[in-house]
Amino acid sequence: MNTAYSWIKAYVPDLDVTPQEYTDAMTLTGTKVEYYDQLDKNLEKIVVGQIEKIEKHPNADKLIICQVNIGTETIQIVTGAPNVNEGDKVPVVLDGGKVAGGHDGGPMPEEGIRIKTGKLRGVESHGMMCSIEELGSSRDMYPEAPEDGIYIFPADTPVGENAVHVLGLDDVVFEYEITSNRVDCYSILGIAREAAATFGKEFIAPKPEAAGNDEKASDYISVEVQDPDLCPRYCARVVKNIRIAPSPEWMQRRLAASGIRPINNLVDITNYVMEEYGQPMHAYDLRTIAGNKIVVKRAEEGETFQTLDGQVRNLDTEMLMIHDAEKSVGIAGIMGGENSKITDDVQTVLFEAACFDGANIRLSAKRLGLRTEASGKFEKGLDSNNAALAIDRACQLIEELGCGEVVGGMVDVYGQKKEGRRIPFRPNWINRFLGTEIPTEEMLSYFKPLELEYDAEKQEIVTPSWRQDLEGEADIAEEVARFYGYAKIPTTLPTGEATTGKVSFKHRLEDVARNVAEFCGFSQAMTYSFESPKVFDKLLLPADSPLRQTIVITNPLGEDFSIMRTLPLNGMLTSLATNYNRRNKNVALYEIGNIYLPKSLPMTELPDERTQFTLGFYGDGDFFTMKGVVEEYLSKIGLREHIEYVCDPENLRPYLHPGRQADVVYDGRTLGYLGELHPQVADNYGIGERTYVAVLDMPSLLDLATFDRKYEGIARFPAVTRDLSMLVSEDIAAGQIEAAIRRRGGKLLEACSLFDVYEGSQIQKGFKSMAYSLTFRSKDHTLEEKEITTVMNKILDALRKMGIELRQ
Amino acid sequence: MKDTLERIRREALAKMEESMDMDHLNEIRVAYLGKKGELTQVLKGMRNVPPEERPQVGQMVNETRAALEAKLEETKAALAAKQRELQMQAEKIDVTLPAKKNKVGHRHPNTIALDEVERIFVGMGYEVAEGPEVEYDYYNFEALNIPANHPAKDEQDTFYITKDILLRTQTSPVQVRVMEKKKPPIRMIAPGRVFRADEVDATHSPSFHQIEGLVVDKNITFADLKGTLGEFARELFGEGTQVKFRPHHFPFTEPSAEMDVTCFKCGGKGCRMCKGEGWIEILGCGMVHPKVLKMCGIDPEEYSGFAFGVGLERIALLKYEIDDMRLLYENDIRFLQQF
Repeated sequence: MNTAYSWIKAYVPDLDVTPQEYTDAMTLTGTKVEYYDQLDKNLEKIVVGQIEKIEKHPNADKLIICQVNIGTETIQIVTGAPNVNEGDKVPVVLDGGKVAGGHDGGPMPEEGIRIKTGKLRGVESHGMMCSIEELGSSRDMYPEAPEDGIYIFPADTPVGENAVHVLGLDDVVFEYEITSNRVDCYSILGIAREAAATFGKEFIAPKPEAAGNDEKASDYISVEVQDPDLCPRYCARVVKNIRIAPSPEWMQRRLAASGIRPINNLVDITNYVMEEYGQPMHAYDLRTIAGNKIVVKRAEEGETFQTLDGQVRNLDTEMLMIHDAEKSVGIAGIMGGENSKITDDVQTVLFEAACFDGANIRLSAKRLGLRTEASGKFEKGLDSNNAALAIDRACQLIEELGCGEVVGGMVDVYGQKKEGRRIPFRPNWINRFLGTEIPTEEMLSYFKPLELEYDAEKQEIVTPSWRQDLEGEADIAEEVARFYGYAKIPTTLPTGEATTGKVSFKHRLEDVARNVAEFCGFSQAMTYSFESPKVFDKLLLPADSPLRQTIVITNPLGEDFSIMRTLPLNGMLTSLATNYNRRNKNVALYEIGNIYLPKSLPMTELPDERTQFTLGFYGDGDFFTMKGVVEEYLSKIGLREHIEYVCDPENLRPYLHPGRQADVVYDGRTLGYLGELHPQVADNYGIGERTYVAVLDMPSLLDLATFDRKYEGIARFPAVTRDLSMLVSEDIAAGQIEAAIRRRGGKLLEACSLFDVYEGSQIQKGFKSMAYSLTFRSKDHTLEEKEITTVMNKILDALRKMGIELRQ
Repeated sequence: MKDTLERIRREALAKMEESMDMDHLNEIRVAYLGKKGELTQVLKGMRNVPPEERPQVGQMVNETRAALEAKLEETKAALAAKQRELQMQAEKIDVTLPAKKNKVGHRHPNTIALDEVERIFVGMGYEVAEGPEVEYDYYNFEALNIPANHPAKDEQDTFYITKDILLRTQTSPVQVRVMEKKKPPIRMIAPGRVFRADEVDATHSPSFHQIEGLVVDKNITFADLKGTLGEFARELFGEGTQVKFRPHHFPFTEPSAEMDVTCFKCGGKGCRMCKGEGWIEILGCGMVHPKVLKMCGIDPEEYSGFAFGVGLERIALLKYEIDDMRLLYENDIRFLQQF
């Protein structure tokens, strides 16, 4: 919403504030000014001058020398403009003055352009005559201005007058952010009322009076509303003997300042009233209305309709249409029809000011893909009481401007009259709610300029019908608060029962995950929750993989963002690939984010959102580096034992290297997995290095994790170590050997660590040499040789049974 | 005899005095105090001393030995100290050589900002709650006083899954979920991911984060809202930060406000960051709408509350002066390493 300061001032005549004061104060009472534009900020020393004499320039064919009377004196100006004649009145910027832009209408310099006396091809020039572009505007707003030439004033313009004032450029245009609840503020009058209340000045609303002639509109037109649910009110008036002409300057200037291009008196009046009252209107050529009858009803199934922009629209039965006795003539509240539009030879106009159901207009406009200025207003839900005022105002302007002969009376189909609401007024409650001590009288004083009436007897506030946002006491409290001033409301802290600040156990597990990942060199990534269905192919998931059962967004931003991820790898790999492409070395990332597993498809209930702790890196390190990070984390959340790394050849994960992957298993439950990325997947993502990933399913950890710790004592008796060297068949995994050693070693075995693995020329093919160091210790005595021998024999025995050859 | 001892004493002490290193000192020790040393020899010659003189000579020998030993220890200590000093001189390093760093990872700026916000509110007695990202239309809109066909639904450009299920456009539904489950007093914040159909550019992302806050109790006032959020702003942006509340509209709060803080770069004088205004918009807030309380089964006559919503990315972008939102989701390590 834009308004010119002058237009606001027309209804708040005593308003006298600077643009900044206006901006600040209006913003603090809730009508936020986003921005203001002082139209004359770079216009200085510009007057109306009259060209008295034109001579040819002696040294240049394209230049002329003008003697210009500027009221106080006559000055010489050299110009190249082709359109000026002796006697013309033109805007003249004097020596030392300023204009906003160049004559080409290009981008305007921030500080404007300073004009100084100088010589043009040897002839002195004491100023400059200006085009409308140089004055910072355009032919769109000043349609009378010539294309590529000096602006020429009407002949009756006084010479020496301030040209900026004459052009109406001594104005400020404010741009507001109006919140969706304040439909009434999408109008000059609504904002003027707020301005009056804000600055404590009187608001003087226009009084629309348009008696019209002795005829009756009802003799020209009848109106039938068949679907009153979508059209609570329909007002119609008739104007005959239409005389299309440009509208007067004052109207053009106000429209221009609001960013609306003046066209002709009829269109301008409609636009003017739409700005002023926030009420869109439509004009039909009465000749085109068959049977002189308007019928408001829903469209027929399968109906098509050509709107006045020439497009043929497909309608549905929820779209409200304006019909005549035979045909559709307009889509209600959105756009009129080609078949009834105003042409230059129009004689009699039917004016429509109606109130349509906001939601219906919004949805219809959306389905049609046709959002217009009018639908944008209607969709907010207009005050039906406003329609009659607006149509009368339009007719009043028609009479004032001599645009036609208004026919007397109005055809007004208005079902249930819209009344204001009655809301209890409890000053104590308001003060308690706001934390203030505002006297009742003061509260009432805020309501008056807003036209909120107080029924003292019933202690109720009666709201005006345009304030549809006021529904209950909290709304009344807001009215008090914003005019008392948010800034004046005290600042306190909540009292009452204390609460404990806390985070959930899940939150703590995630905190530890972040800490461990970061200490291990991984940086935190964030990636989108939605992705392309193509990622499943990139990750080599088979066609029947359950992970392909995804939640689909019905209105995505594009296929690349159309499904909710069911595994977290794509985001990680895409981020690693980005880094790889940018030649970043040794990149290690982690992410904590959700995957979304539907419980049923199509969805009838919310999906299972599972937080995943995902790690990925390329560069320094290998599978075991990643395994180390996983172990470090599991250990920090109390899962030191019973963790197995299982690689089941029957159940390989297709996106990982088949020989370098493992599930992380606790007591038979899979908590996650890790592995080297399948080289094909790495290729698919364009990562040219070996890449390792790990994923832990946080919900699976939730009931296993613990931060409880028990001190176990520090050993007081000496330990005995024995080294074991062995020749092992390649297909026996280290995990199997270690499990056997631990099982047989029992309580006395304190530690078992692999310190050497060797495969190569010294060892026969198909075998590897492995060496373990075993540490034995008892908690309550020094071990005797005998005990160690017994337990060692058990271990050796078990290893021999596995076909392992010992090399002691 | 006496003279001999006197000479030994003089010579040995002099030699020790001149001794430059441990080996030499050891040689002196052996030469005088060793098994075949001069002093030991004197002791061995005692048998030639008449018995009546023996005690006296013995004492003299012992005195000489004690003097030599004392001097020996003293010299040893001095030499050791000297040697250590030399060693340390030799070991001098150039402390300006580069550090050997542990390769520690970096936290995402969003999370750093969130950690800050959580720390502040947990300190004020707030619980950190969570809610689903794929949410029912009811929680995201209806229960927040945004009924079907409300224009606010369009404003938020919602991603829909089905007619009733959507990607939440705000963290406000967590308010409703918490109020349905818990009785007042409630003090909670709910950070999380939200989604809106905005094309990706320097200031928009279809997926971003909000932090919702909610307080419900007896006698909660708009003044409490102002006090709490002012406190928050000072904690987050610094002690001198001032706040300004402007009326605004949200369907689920009434009265509603937006909160600006004095620009933390220029302190309110006006700069590029605050577009010359001196103030930066930080969050939306308001008193929980009585209708919302009622829908959650809380009696608005007995209880009142306030709620607020902060855009996490907005905080991160402002606080760390990041000029393009896309950087937050690209995960370029050179970006992340700066935090």
